[in-house]
Amino acid sequence: MKIGVLALQGAFIEHIKMLENVLTKKEMSELVDLVEIRQLKDLEGLDALVLPGGESTVQGKLLHDLNLFNPIKELIESGMPVLATCAGLILLAKEIENEKGFHLGTFPIKVVRNAYGRQLGSFVTKENVGTIENYPLTFIRAPYIKERLSKDVEVLSVVDDKIVGVKYKNQIGLAFHPEMTKDNRIHEEFLKLVLENCKNKTSNKLAS
Amino acid sequence: MNNKTEQYELNKGLAQMLKGGVIMDVTTPEQAIIAQEAGACAVMALERIPADIRAAGGVSRMSDPKMIKGIQEAVSIPVMAKCRIGHFVEAQILEAIEIDYIDESEVLSPADDIYHIDKTKFKVPFVCGARDLGEALRRINEGASMIRTKGEPGTGDVIQAVRHLRKMNSEIRKLVSMSEDELFEAAKELRVPYDLALYVHENGKLPVVNFAAGGVATPADAALMMQLGAEGVFVGSGIFKSGDPKKRAAAIVEAVTNYQDAKLIAKLSEDLGEAMVGINPNEIKIIMEERGR
Repeated sequence: MKIGVLALQGAFIEHIKMLENVLTKKEMSELVDLVEIRQLKDLEGLDALVLPGGESTVQGKLLHDLNLFNPIKELIESGMPVLATCAGLILLAKEIENEKGFHLGTFPIKVVRNAYGRQLGSFVTKENVGTIENYPLTFIRAPYIKERLSKDVEVLSVVDDKIVGVKYKNQIGLAFHPEMTKDNRIHEEFLKLVLENCKNKTSNKLAS
Repeated sequence: MNNKTEQYELNKGLAQMLKGGVIMDVTTPEQAIIAQEAGACAVMALERIPADIRAAGGVSRMSDPKMIKGIQEAVSIPVMAKCRIGHFVEAQILEAIEIDYIDESEVLSPADDIYHIDKTKFKVPFVCGARDLGEALRRINEGASMIRTKGEPGTGDVIQAVRHLRKMNSEIRKLVSMSEDELFEAAKELRVPYDLALYVHENGKLPVVNFAAGGVATPADAALMMQLGAEGVFVGSGIFKSGDPKKRAAAIVEAVTNYQDAKLIAKLSEDLGEAMVGINPNEIKIIMEERGR
Protein backbone atom coordinates (compact mmCIF):
# COMPACT_ATOMS: atom_id res chain seq x y z
CA MET A 1 0.00 0.00 0.00
CA LYS A 2 1.48 3.32 -1.06
CA ILE A 3 0.53 6.53 0.76
CA GLY A 4 1.83 9.81 -0.62
CA VAL A 5 2.17 13.22 0.98
CA LEU A 6 2.29 16.10 -1.48
CA ALA A 7 5.73 17.59 -0.82
CA LEU A 8 5.82 20.61 -3.11
CA GLN A 9 5.84 23.14 -0.27
CA GLY A 10 4.64 23.46 3.32
CA ALA A 11 4.33 21.22 6.36
CA PHE A 12 4.55 17.83 4.65
CA ILE A 13 7.18 16.30 6.96
CA GLU A 14 4.82 16.82 9.91
CA HIS A 15 2.19 14.62 8.17
CA ILE A 16 4.74 11.94 7.39
CA LYS A 17 5.87 11.87 11.03
CA MET A 18 2.24 11.65 12.17
CA LEU A 19 1.56 8.69 9.88
CA GLU A 20 4.78 7.00 10.99
CA ASN A 21 3.64 7.36 14.60
CA VAL A 22 0.31 5.69 13.85
CA LEU A 23 1.72 2.80 11.86
CA THR A 24 3.36 -0.05 13.69
CA LYS A 25 6.91 -1.03 12.79
CA LYS A 26 5.64 -4.18 11.12
CA GLU A 27 3.16 -2.21 9.03
CA MET A 28 5.89 0.25 8.07
CA SER A 29 8.26 -2.45 6.86
CA GLU A 30 5.80 -4.88 5.30
CA LEU A 31 2.60 -3.13 4.41
CA VAL A 32 2.93 0.58 3.88
CA ASP A 33 5.15 2.65 1.67
CA LEU A 34 5.18 6.33 2.74
CA VAL A 35 6.40 8.62 -0.05
CA GLU A 36 6.89 12.31 -0.76
CA ILE A 37 5.17 13.39 -3.95
CA ARG A 38 7.31 15.89 -5.86
CA GLN A 39 7.14 14.63 -9.43
CA LEU A 40 4.95 12.66 -11.79
CA LYS A 41 6.88 9.42 -11.29
CA ASP A 42 6.09 9.51 -7.54
CA LEU A 43 2.38 8.98 -8.30
CA GLU A 44 2.85 5.47 -9.67
CA GLY A 45 0.75 2.92 -7.79
CA LEU A 46 -0.52 5.49 -5.30
CA ASP A 47 -3.35 4.35 -2.96
CA ALA A 48 -3.90 7.49 -0.88
CA LEU A 49 -2.79 11.10 -0.73
CA VAL A 50 -2.33 13.75 1.95
CA LEU A 51 -2.43 17.42 0.92
CA PRO A 52 -0.60 19.35 3.65
CA GLY A 53 -0.75 22.90 4.94
CA GLY A 54 1.41 25.56 3.34
CA GLU A 55 0.60 28.21 0.78
CA SER A 56 -2.11 27.09 -1.63
CA THR A 57 -1.07 29.53 -4.37
CA VAL A 58 2.44 28.04 -4.38
CA GLN A 59 1.25 24.44 -4.27
CA GLY A 60 -1.40 25.08 -6.93
CA LYS A 61 1.13 26.64 -9.27
CA LEU A 62 3.67 23.86 -8.77
CA LEU A 63 0.99 21.22 -9.44
CA HIS A 64 0.70 22.71 -12.92
CA ASP A 65 4.40 23.38 -13.51
CA LEU A 66 5.35 19.83 -12.57
CA ASN A 67 2.49 18.28 -14.59
CA LEU A 68 0.90 16.77 -11.49
CA PHE A 69 -2.41 18.60 -11.74
CA ASN A 70 -4.45 16.37 -14.05
CA PRO A 71 -3.12 13.02 -12.80
CA ILE A 72 -3.90 13.93 -9.18
CA LYS A 73 -7.35 15.26 -10.08
CA GLU A 74 -8.12 12.01 -11.91
CA LEU A 75 -6.89 9.88 -9.01
CA ILE A 76 -9.13 11.74 -6.56
CA GLU A 77 -12.12 11.58 -8.88
CA SER A 78 -11.62 7.86 -9.31
CA GLY A 79 -12.05 7.38 -5.54
CA MET A 80 -8.56 7.48 -4.03
CA PRO A 81 -8.77 8.58 -0.36
CA VAL A 82 -7.47 12.10 0.32
CA LEU A 83 -6.81 13.95 3.56
CA ALA A 84 -6.44 17.69 2.99
CA THR A 85 -5.51 20.22 5.64
CA CYS A 86 -5.66 24.02 5.44
CA ALA A 87 -3.98 24.90 2.12
CA GLY A 88 -4.85 21.38 0.96
CA LEU A 89 -8.53 22.11 1.60
CA ILE A 90 -8.26 25.20 -0.60
CA LEU A 91 -6.63 23.09 -3.34
CA LEU A 92 -9.61 20.72 -3.34
CA ALA A 93 -12.42 23.30 -3.09
CA LYS A 94 -14.76 23.80 -6.02
CA GLU A 95 -15.11 27.51 -5.22
CA ILE A 96 -12.97 30.10 -3.45
CA GLU A 97 -14.77 33.20 -2.23
CA ASN A 98 -13.91 36.42 -4.09
CA GLU A 99 -11.77 34.56 -6.59
CA LYS A 100 -12.63 33.52 -10.10
CA GLY A 101 -10.45 30.45 -10.29
CA PHE A 102 -10.08 27.30 -8.24
CA HIS A 103 -7.50 24.53 -8.13
CA LEU A 104 -8.41 20.82 -8.26
CA GLY A 105 -12.10 21.53 -7.65
CA THR A 106 -12.97 17.96 -6.62
CA PHE A 107 -14.70 18.95 -3.36
CA PRO A 108 -18.13 20.61 -3.75
CA ILE A 109 -17.62 23.33 -1.17
CA LYS A 110 -17.03 27.06 -1.15
CA VAL A 111 -14.12 28.16 1.05
CA VAL A 112 -13.00 31.55 2.33
CA ARG A 113 -9.26 32.06 2.19
CA ASN A 114 -7.51 33.66 5.23
CA ALA A 115 -10.97 33.68 6.76
CA TYR A 116 -9.78 34.64 10.22
CA GLY A 117 -7.50 37.43 9.02
CA ARG A 118 -3.74 37.66 9.26
CA GLN A 119 -1.36 35.84 11.63
CA LEU A 120 -2.70 37.76 14.65
CA GLY A 121 -6.03 36.01 13.99
CA SER A 122 -4.49 32.51 14.27
CA PHE A 123 -5.78 30.50 17.23
CA VAL A 124 -6.11 27.16 18.99
CA THR A 125 -9.24 25.55 20.42
CA LYS A 126 -10.84 22.14 21.09
CA GLU A 127 -13.81 20.64 19.33
CA ASN A 128 -15.26 17.34 18.16
CA VAL A 129 -14.25 16.15 14.69
CA GLY A 130 -16.75 13.58 13.42
CA THR A 131 -16.75 10.80 16.01
CA ILE A 132 -13.47 12.02 17.53
CA GLU A 133 -14.18 13.92 20.71
CA ASN A 134 -12.41 16.95 22.07
CA TYR A 135 -9.71 17.19 19.43
CA PRO A 136 -7.11 20.01 19.64
CA LEU A 137 -7.54 22.31 16.63
CA THR A 138 -4.78 24.61 15.38
CA PHE A 139 -5.82 27.34 12.96
CA ILE A 140 -3.00 29.23 11.20
CA ARG A 141 -4.14 31.90 8.74
CA ALA A 142 -6.85 29.35 8.16
CA PRO A 143 -9.75 29.13 5.73
CA TYR A 144 -13.25 27.94 6.64
CA ILE A 145 -16.08 26.38 4.64
CA LYS A 146 -18.75 28.91 3.83
CA GLU A 147 -21.07 26.74 1.81
CA ARG A 148 -21.73 23.13 0.94
CA LEU A 149 -22.43 22.76 -2.77
CA SER A 150 -23.72 19.18 -2.50
CA LYS A 151 -26.04 17.42 -0.08
CA ASP A 152 -23.50 14.64 0.18
CA VAL A 153 -20.98 16.84 1.95
CA GLU A 154 -20.94 15.71 5.57
CA VAL A 155 -19.99 18.21 8.29
CA LEU A 156 -17.31 16.85 10.64
CA SER A 157 -16.56 19.90 12.74
CA VAL A 158 -17.95 23.34 13.53
CA VAL A 159 -16.21 26.13 15.47
CA ASP A 160 -18.07 29.38 16.31
CA ASP A 161 -20.82 28.55 13.80
CA LYS A 162 -18.27 28.10 11.02
CA ILE A 163 -17.77 24.75 9.29
CA VAL A 164 -14.11 23.74 9.62
CA GLY A 165 -14.17 20.02 8.79
CA VAL A 166 -15.99 18.17 6.00
CA LYS A 167 -16.15 14.77 4.34
CA TYR A 168 -17.32 13.99 0.83
CA LYS A 169 -17.04 10.41 -0.40
CA ASN A 170 -13.30 9.65 -0.41
CA GLN A 171 -12.22 13.16 0.56
CA ILE A 172 -11.66 14.62 4.03
CA GLY A 173 -11.07 18.37 4.22
CA LEU A 174 -9.96 20.19 7.37
CA ALA A 175 -9.36 23.92 7.84
CA PHE A 176 -7.05 23.23 10.79
CA HIS A 177 -3.77 21.35 11.24
CA PRO A 178 -3.97 17.88 12.86
CA GLU A 179 -0.29 17.43 11.90
CA MET A 180 0.68 20.25 14.29
CA THR A 181 -0.70 18.44 17.34
CA LYS A 182 0.43 15.38 19.26
CA ASP A 183 -3.00 13.79 18.81
CA ASN A 184 -2.89 10.93 16.25
CA ARG A 185 -6.60 10.20 16.10
CA ILE A 186 -7.39 11.92 12.78
CA HIS A 187 -4.51 10.20 11.02
CA GLU A 188 -5.64 6.89 12.53
CA GLU A 189 -9.12 7.41 11.10
CA PHE A 190 -7.68 8.30 7.72
CA LEU A 191 -5.53 5.16 7.67
CA LYS A 192 -8.61 3.06 8.45
CA LEU A 193 -10.37 4.62 5.47
CA VAL A 194 -7.35 3.92 3.26
CA LEU A 195 -7.14 0.29 4.38
CA GLU A 196 -10.83 -0.25 3.77
CA ASN A 197 -10.56 1.29 0.34
CA CYS A 198 -7.62 -0.96 -0.55
CA LYS A 199 -9.52 -4.06 0.59
CA ASN A 200 -12.51 -3.10 -1.55
CA LYS A 201 -10.26 -2.54 -4.52
CA THR A 202 -8.74 -6.00 -4.20
CA SER A 203 -12.09 -7.72 -3.69
CA ASN A 204 -13.53 -5.89 -6.70
CA LYS A 205 -10.61 -7.07 -8.77
CA LEU A 206 -11.15 -10.66 -7.59
CA ALA A 207 -14.88 -10.45 -8.34
CA SER A 208 -14.28 -9.28 -11.88
CA MET B 1 -7.26 35.08 23.24
CA ASN B 2 -4.24 32.82 22.92
CA ASN B 3 -1.92 32.58 25.88
CA LYS B 4 1.82 33.19 25.37
CA THR B 5 2.76 29.54 24.84
CA GLU B 6 -0.09 28.99 22.39
CA GLN B 7 0.84 32.13 20.48
CA TYR B 8 4.48 31.04 20.25
CA GLU B 9 3.43 27.60 18.98
CA LEU B 10 1.17 29.25 16.37
CA ASN B 11 4.02 31.54 15.34
CA LYS B 12 6.46 28.66 14.98
CA GLY B 13 3.66 26.88 13.12
CA LEU B 14 3.34 29.64 10.54
CA ALA B 15 7.06 29.25 9.79
CA GLN B 16 6.47 25.51 9.35
CA MET B 17 3.84 26.33 6.71
CA LEU B 18 6.45 28.37 4.81
CA LYS B 19 8.92 25.48 4.61
CA GLY B 20 10.04 24.30 1.21
CA GLY B 21 9.20 27.74 -0.10
CA VAL B 22 10.82 30.94 -1.31
CA ILE B 23 10.32 34.30 0.39
CA MET B 24 10.96 37.21 -1.96
CA ASP B 25 11.88 40.85 -1.33
CA VAL B 26 9.45 43.24 -3.02
CA THR B 27 9.20 47.01 -3.04
CA THR B 28 5.83 47.61 -4.75
CA PRO B 29 2.40 45.93 -4.97
CA GLU B 30 3.18 45.13 -8.61
CA GLN B 31 6.32 43.25 -7.64
CA ALA B 32 4.40 41.49 -4.87
CA ILE B 33 1.88 40.22 -7.41
CA ILE B 34 4.66 39.03 -9.72
CA ALA B 35 6.24 37.23 -6.75
CA GLN B 36 2.96 35.58 -5.74
CA GLU B 37 2.25 34.45 -9.30
CA ALA B 38 5.76 33.06 -9.57
CA GLY B 39 5.12 30.93 -6.48
CA ALA B 40 6.58 32.88 -3.55
CA CYS B 41 5.30 31.48 -0.22
CA ALA B 42 5.60 34.94 1.37
CA VAL B 43 6.91 38.37 0.46
CA MET B 44 9.15 40.75 2.38
CA ALA B 45 7.88 44.29 1.92
CA LEU B 46 10.64 46.90 1.95
CA GLU B 47 11.32 50.29 0.45
CA ARG B 48 14.65 49.40 -1.06
CA ILE B 49 16.10 45.98 -1.70
CA PRO B 50 19.44 45.29 0.04
CA ALA B 51 21.55 45.95 -3.09
CA ASP B 52 20.07 49.45 -3.30
CA ILE B 53 20.37 50.03 0.44
CA ARG B 54 24.04 49.19 0.04
CA ALA B 55 24.42 51.51 -2.95
CA ALA B 56 22.57 54.39 -1.31
CA GLY B 57 24.42 54.24 2.01
CA GLY B 58 23.27 56.33 4.96
CA VAL B 59 20.77 55.15 7.57
CA SER B 60 18.10 52.73 6.46
CA ARG B 61 14.93 52.29 8.50
CA MET B 62 11.60 50.50 8.63
CA SER B 63 9.49 51.07 5.48
CA ASP B 64 6.54 53.43 5.25
CA PRO B 65 3.51 51.60 6.73
CA LYS B 66 1.39 52.85 3.86
CA MET B 67 3.63 51.14 1.36
CA ILE B 68 3.50 47.91 3.40
CA LYS B 69 -0.30 48.09 3.58
CA GLY B 70 -0.45 48.47 -0.20
CA ILE B 71 1.43 45.19 -0.51
CA GLN B 72 -0.77 43.50 2.12
CA GLU B 73 -3.81 44.41 0.05
CA ALA B 74 -2.28 43.17 -3.20
CA VAL B 75 -1.55 39.55 -2.21
CA SER B 76 -3.08 36.65 -0.24
CA ILE B 77 0.25 35.11 0.88
CA PRO B 78 1.86 36.21 4.18
CA VAL B 79 3.58 39.61 4.20
CA MET B 80 6.74 40.21 6.23
CA ALA B 81 8.53 43.48 6.91
CA LYS B 82 11.83 44.51 8.45
CA CYS B 83 12.54 46.60 11.52
CA ARG B 84 15.93 47.72 12.79
CA ILE B 85 17.76 45.55 15.32
CA GLY B 86 16.69 46.67 18.79
CA HIS B 87 14.06 49.12 17.50
CA PHE B 88 11.05 47.81 19.39
CA VAL B 89 8.87 50.77 18.45
CA GLU B 90 9.25 50.01 14.75
CA ALA B 91 8.23 46.45 15.70
CA GLN B 92 5.19 47.77 17.59
CA ILE B 93 4.18 49.73 14.49
CA LEU B 94 4.49 46.65 12.30
CA GLU B 95 2.41 44.67 14.78
CA ALA B 96 -0.19 47.45 14.78
CA ILE B 97 -0.66 47.12 11.01
CA GLU B 98 -0.99 43.34 11.46
CA ILE B 99 2.10 42.24 9.62
CA ASP B 100 2.38 38.43 9.45
CA TYR B 101 6.08 38.25 10.35
CA ILE B 102 8.67 40.82 11.49
CA ASP B 103 12.28 40.46 10.36
CA GLU B 104 14.54 42.08 12.96
CA SER B 105 17.15 42.64 10.32
CA GLU B 106 20.82 43.50 10.04
CA VAL B 107 20.07 44.81 6.54
CA LEU B 108 18.71 47.98 8.11
CA SER B 109 20.91 50.19 10.27
CA PRO B 110 20.89 48.82 13.85
CA ALA B 111 19.10 51.04 16.39
CA ASP B 112 20.76 49.36 19.37
CA ASP B 113 24.27 47.96 19.41
CA ILE B 114 23.79 45.87 22.56
CA TYR B 115 20.21 44.71 22.92
CA HIS B 116 17.91 42.97 20.48
CA ILE B 117 14.15 43.39 20.79
CA ASP B 118 12.49 41.41 23.58
CA LYS B 119 10.36 39.46 21.15
CA THR B 120 8.49 37.62 23.89
CA LYS B 121 6.56 40.87 24.45
CA PHE B 122 4.94 40.60 21.02
CA LYS B 123 2.07 38.52 19.65
CA VAL B 124 3.31 38.80 16.10
CA PRO B 125 6.12 36.38 15.07
CA PHE B 126 9.75 37.34 14.48
CA VAL B 127 12.43 35.96 12.17
CA CYS B 128 16.06 36.84 12.96
CA GLY B 129 19.38 36.36 11.20
CA ALA B 130 22.18 34.22 12.64
CA ARG B 131 25.72 33.36 11.61
CA ASP B 132 26.19 30.46 13.97
CA LEU B 133 24.39 28.30 16.51
CA GLY B 134 25.04 30.70 19.40
CA GLU B 135 23.45 33.63 17.59
CA ALA B 136 20.51 31.47 16.51
CA LEU B 137 19.77 30.17 20.01
CA ARG B 138 20.17 33.62 21.57
CA ARG B 139 17.59 35.01 19.14
CA ILE B 140 15.27 32.08 19.89
CA ASN B 141 15.69 32.72 23.61
CA GLU B 142 14.61 36.34 22.97
CA GLY B 143 11.46 34.99 21.32
CA ALA B 144 12.27 34.54 17.62
CA SER B 145 10.06 31.84 16.09
CA MET B 146 12.08 31.46 12.88
CA ILE B 147 15.79 31.78 12.02
CA ARG B 148 17.56 32.57 8.77
CA THR B 149 21.25 32.69 7.98
CA LYS B 150 22.53 36.22 7.59
CA GLY B 151 24.57 35.79 4.46
CA GLU B 152 25.89 39.09 3.21
CA PRO B 153 22.78 40.86 1.90
CA GLY B 154 22.67 42.66 -1.41
CA THR B 155 25.86 41.15 -2.79
CA GLY B 156 24.53 38.34 -4.97
CA ASP B 157 27.36 36.29 -3.49
CA VAL B 158 26.23 33.14 -1.72
CA ILE B 159 29.50 32.44 0.11
CA GLN B 160 28.46 33.91 3.47
CA ALA B 161 25.13 32.08 3.55
CA VAL B 162 26.98 28.83 2.85
CA ARG B 163 29.51 29.60 5.57
CA HIS B 164 26.81 30.40 8.13
CA LEU B 165 24.69 27.35 7.39
CA ARG B 166 27.68 25.01 7.40
CA LYS B 167 28.89 26.46 10.67
CA MET B 168 25.47 26.10 12.27
CA ASN B 169 25.15 22.50 11.08
CA SER B 170 28.58 21.55 12.31
CA GLU B 171 27.92 23.12 15.73
CA ILE B 172 24.61 21.26 15.92
CA ARG B 173 26.37 17.96 15.17
CA LYS B 174 28.92 18.75 17.87
CA LEU B 175 26.19 19.28 20.47
CA VAL B 176 24.42 16.09 19.42
CA SER B 177 27.55 14.01 19.93
CA MET B 178 28.27 15.39 23.42
CA SER B 179 27.48 13.59 26.64
CA GLU B 180 24.88 15.34 28.76
CA ASP B 181 27.32 16.57 31.37
CA GLU B 182 29.37 18.28 28.67
CA LEU B 183 26.34 20.34 27.62
CA PHE B 184 26.62 22.69 30.60
CA GLU B 185 30.01 23.89 29.46
CA ALA B 186 28.94 23.95 25.80
CA ALA B 187 25.95 26.15 26.64
CA LYS B 188 28.27 28.49 28.49
CA GLU B 189 30.67 28.68 25.56
CA LEU B 190 27.84 29.29 23.10
CA ARG B 191 26.42 31.91 25.49
CA VAL B 192 22.98 30.28 25.36
CA PRO B 193 20.58 28.87 27.98
CA TYR B 194 21.11 25.22 28.92
CA ASP B 195 17.60 24.10 27.96
CA LEU B 196 18.07 25.27 24.36
CA ALA B 197 21.42 23.48 24.14
CA LEU B 198 19.69 20.38 25.50
CA TYR B 199 16.94 20.65 22.87
CA VAL B 200 19.52 20.73 20.08
CA HIS B 201 21.40 17.81 21.69
CA GLU B 202 18.23 15.71 21.79
CA ASN B 203 16.68 16.69 18.46
CA GLY B 204 19.65 17.43 16.24
CA LYS B 205 18.06 20.62 14.96
CA LEU B 206 17.01 24.11 15.97
CA PRO B 207 13.69 24.32 17.84
CA VAL B 208 12.37 26.57 15.03
CA VAL B 209 12.41 26.56 11.23
CA ASN B 210 15.70 27.62 9.63
CA PHE B 211 15.84 29.33 6.21
CA ALA B 212 18.83 30.42 4.14
CA ALA B 213 19.24 34.08 3.22
CA GLY B 214 21.80 36.39 1.70
CA GLY B 215 23.26 36.31 -1.78
CA VAL B 216 20.96 33.69 -3.33
CA ALA B 217 20.72 34.67 -7.02
CA THR B 218 20.18 31.51 -9.11
CA PRO B 219 18.14 28.27 -8.97
CA ALA B 220 21.46 26.49 -8.33
CA ASP B 221 22.20 28.77 -5.35
CA ALA B 222 18.79 28.00 -3.89
CA ALA B 223 19.17 24.24 -4.38
CA LEU B 224 22.66 24.43 -2.87
CA MET B 225 21.25 25.94 0.31
CA MET B 226 18.48 23.31 0.41
CA GLN B 227 20.96 20.46 -0.02
CA LEU B 228 23.01 21.95 2.81
CA GLY B 229 19.93 21.60 5.01
CA ALA B 230 18.05 24.90 4.78
CA GLU B 231 14.28 24.46 5.13
CA GLY B 232 13.51 27.21 2.63
CA VAL B 233 15.11 30.24 1.03
CA PHE B 234 14.88 34.03 1.17
CA VAL B 235 15.75 35.76 -2.09
CA GLY B 236 16.39 39.45 -1.72
CA SER B 237 18.01 41.44 -4.46
CA GLY B 238 18.51 38.36 -6.65
CA ILE B 239 15.13 38.50 -8.37
CA PHE B 240 14.19 42.08 -9.06
CA LYS B 241 17.80 43.04 -9.82
CA SER B 242 17.95 40.46 -12.61
CA GLY B 243 17.04 40.64 -16.28
CA ASP B 244 13.83 38.57 -16.20
CA PRO B 245 12.44 38.64 -12.63
CA LYS B 246 9.29 36.64 -13.41
CA LYS B 247 11.10 33.74 -15.00
CA ARG B 248 13.94 33.70 -12.49
CA ALA B 249 11.51 33.79 -9.55
CA ALA B 250 9.51 30.84 -10.89
CA ALA B 251 12.69 28.88 -11.63
CA ILE B 252 14.01 29.39 -8.09
CA VAL B 253 10.67 28.23 -6.63
CA GLU B 254 10.75 25.02 -8.66
CA ALA B 255 14.40 24.42 -7.83
CA VAL B 256 13.63 24.63 -4.11
CA THR B 257 10.89 21.98 -4.40
CA ASN B 258 13.02 19.60 -6.45
CA TYR B 259 16.40 20.58 -5.05
CA GLN B 260 17.87 17.13 -5.56
CA ASP B 261 16.96 16.76 -9.23
CA ALA B 262 19.98 18.10 -11.14
CA LYS B 263 18.40 17.41 -14.54
CA LEU B 264 15.41 19.56 -13.69
CA ILE B 265 17.55 22.33 -12.21
CA ALA B 266 19.65 22.30 -15.39
CA LYS B 267 16.50 22.91 -17.39
CA LEU B 268 15.34 25.58 -14.98
CA SER B 269 18.68 27.37 -15.28
CA GLU B 270 18.38 27.83 -19.06
CA ASP B 271 17.66 31.22 -20.59
CA LEU B 272 17.12 33.11 -17.38
CA GLY B 273 18.74 36.24 -18.79
CA GLU B 274 21.13 38.38 -16.84
CA ALA B 275 21.67 37.42 -13.18
CA MET B 276 22.21 40.28 -10.78
CA VAL B 277 25.72 41.58 -11.27
CA GLY B 278 26.78 41.04 -7.69
CA ILE B 279 29.68 42.34 -5.69
CA ASN B 280 32.36 40.48 -3.87
CA PRO B 281 32.03 40.85 -0.08
CA ASN B 282 35.79 41.50 0.09
CA GLU B 283 35.32 44.63 -1.97
CA ILE B 284 32.71 46.26 0.24
CA LYS B 285 33.05 48.47 3.27
CA ILE B 286 29.81 47.81 5.14
CA ILE B 287 29.64 44.27 6.46
CA MET B 288 26.02 43.79 7.46
CA GLU B 289 26.42 40.28 8.84
CA GLU B 290 28.44 41.64 11.78
CA ARG B 291 25.48 43.64 12.97
CA GLY B 292 23.64 42.18 15.97
CA ARG B 293 25.34 39.21 17.64
